[in-house]
Amino acid sequence: MLIYAIRRTLQAIPLMIIISIVIFAILEKMPGGPLAPYLQNPHITAADIKRLEHNFGLDQPKPVQYWRWVSHYVSGDWGWSNSQSEPVTTAMFSRLSATLKLTVSALVLALVVGLAFGIIAAVKPYSPVDYFVTTLAFFGQSMPVFWFAILMQFWLAVGGIHLQAFGYRFDFSLPSAGLTSTEGGGFVDQVRHLVMPVIVLSLLQVATFSRFTRASMQEVLHTDYMRTAAAKGLSFGNIILKHGLKNALMPVVTIVALTMPSLVGGAVVTETIFAYPGMGRLFITALNQQDFPLLQGYLVVLAVLVVMFNLLADLAYGWLDPRIRYD
Amino acid sequence: MAIAPRTFPAPEIEPLVEAPLEEFSRERHLAWKKFARHRLALTSTAVLFAIILIAIFAPLLSHWDPNSIDSNWAGSPLAPGQFGHRLGTDDVGRDLLTRLMFGARISISLAVTVVVIEVIIGTILGAIAGYYGGWTDFLLMRVTDVFLSIPLLPLLLVLTGIVAASSTKAALNFDSIVIIIALLSWPAVARLVRGAFLSLREKEFAEAARAIGGTDPRIIVRHLLPNSVAPIVVQATLDVANVIILESVLSFLGFGIQPPMASWGSMLANAQDTIAIAWWDAVYPGLCIFVTVLAINFMGDGLRDALDPNVK
Repeated sequence: MLIYAIRRTLQAIPLMIIISIVIFAILEKMPGGPLAPYLQNPHITAADIKRLEHNFGLDQPKPVQYWRWVSHYVSGDWGWSNSQSEPVTTAMFSRLSATLKLTVSALVLALVVGLAFGIIAAVKPYSPVDYFVTTLAFFGQSMPVFWFAILMQFWLAVGGIHLQAFGYRFDFSLPSAGLTSTEGGGFVDQVRHLVMPVIVLSLLQVATFSRFTRASMQEVLHTDYMRTAAAKGLSFGNIILKHGLKNALMPVVTIVALTMPSLVGGAVVTETIFAYPGMGRLFITALNQQDFPLLQGYLVVLAVLVVMFNLLADLAYGWLDPRIRYD
Repeated sequence: MAIAPRTFPAPEIEPLVEAPLEEFSRERHLAWKKFARHRLALTSTAVLFAIILIAIFAPLLSHWDPNSIDSNWAGSPLAPGQFGHRLGTDDVGRDLLTRLMFGARISISLAVTVVVIEVIIGTILGAIAGYYGGWTDFLLMRVTDVFLSIPLLPLLLVLTGIVAASSTKAALNFDSIVIIIALLSWPAVARLVRGAFLSLREKEFAEAARAIGGTDPRIIVRHLLPNSVAPIVVQATLDVANVIILESVLSFLGFGIQPPMASWGSMLANAQDTIAIAWWDAVYPGLCIFVTVLAINFMGDGLRDALDPNVK
């Protein structure tokens, strides 16, 4: 197992190298090159450009430039973001905590709801709950996320829910954008700001997780060891959760790991619509201002996440299922 | 794959290798019966046909021009019913229903074009990798690894951003968006086809075809491909739905179809700002995307049930 883990990690290295070449090549395609901002300036002559090119090493052969780029990346120098006027690393990692708050909350919500739905649907197939879960899965898959987000904003933030019954008035609305209120910033305030983005972001994941849990749980329910557990006289909950879920979870773990990067990528849309100051919104800002070093940094982070979670999924699978032999 | 040199010409083999015609039509009939039993899938197919017909005949169905501004427009969106605009107008006074119908043309034809290209590239490369294996396979799979290791949406946005920055945003037209999305989405198809070919090439019928001297291209095209059509068709159907969503997200964020051209996504680009005064501008285009994508997904599900022998 340890040897497998090490070998699998080593296999990820060539992949990372190729990905880095692709991302480097994409940056190379950027119009005007890295000196684009200076080309507009009438005070900078062609000779100045030549000198800058030489100083920045842009007149060197591409492989040399690539090598310098990679070694800078490894040493933590990710370049200068011209839209944020700070180093790329500072710009990105100062927004990391906001994005983590959003994605981790969405993941937890999706796991709890998705697993619960999947288990109930599998235990009671063709029941109303099962049909609800199946329908929800199709809706979640087909819903344009940004449209869902706009509708939620319209309903809960612009309009709000106002009920009046038995002399009581119930008003409920949620903030439509941002991380905190200008005067607020307490825990409750932050949570109120998170509710809508988290629901929007987790919709697709809830659909995916519930479908996979249902399928995998159904398979497990028909196995011999489940019948044995029932024959031993164990309680229903005990059978389902201890014997069933534990085995049904294996494929689900893989799916969860594999959807993590798309969760981070999906945050781009969610953060933009809810004006949530995370890495995804920073990415869109950078895109609109043609801040290529920042875009590059974002792609690198996403690619590292994908490779890492693929690796984790593989390892988790081997760890959860001792029948799988790696050698 | 190396095959022992032929020492004598292959005999007349046609009737032996091909399955009898009746067999084919019986199977197809069975698949159709299974599909028809899936009532949601059948309804969805009907809905899709209706949408496609509306899109094709859009110029005949509406007397408004999709890009011209109603002279009655006075700065804010006209409400549904006003001045004969059945669904109202958008924020600059263009008839919403007409734009929805013309938007359907762009959104659907773009998605279908992308999927056709992606399936052609993916099938050819996947077939070669799966059939020949070895170095070809290894290289191709590493390439797909790279493509699949960067989440699609951010990568798409960066590429469209580069196109937009290198000339003007007008360079983001139908063709360039089709090319960019197709370029990034063929690896999934290639993997699917490769997987199917890997197992099919070991099957008895493939061996038989090889034994009687079938050439590699012939085995690939006449024997293996027809047997892997089902998963490709299902994947392609579901991909049309995915591309419609992708295009709408791109256009919504301003890196897809550019104004004044209407696509369902680009129609939603300004909807967030005007939603408080004109809910119809936000609701209808999104509803069109949702209904279309849902119908395609249901149809794809029905196709999978009908075509996949493993699903009961």
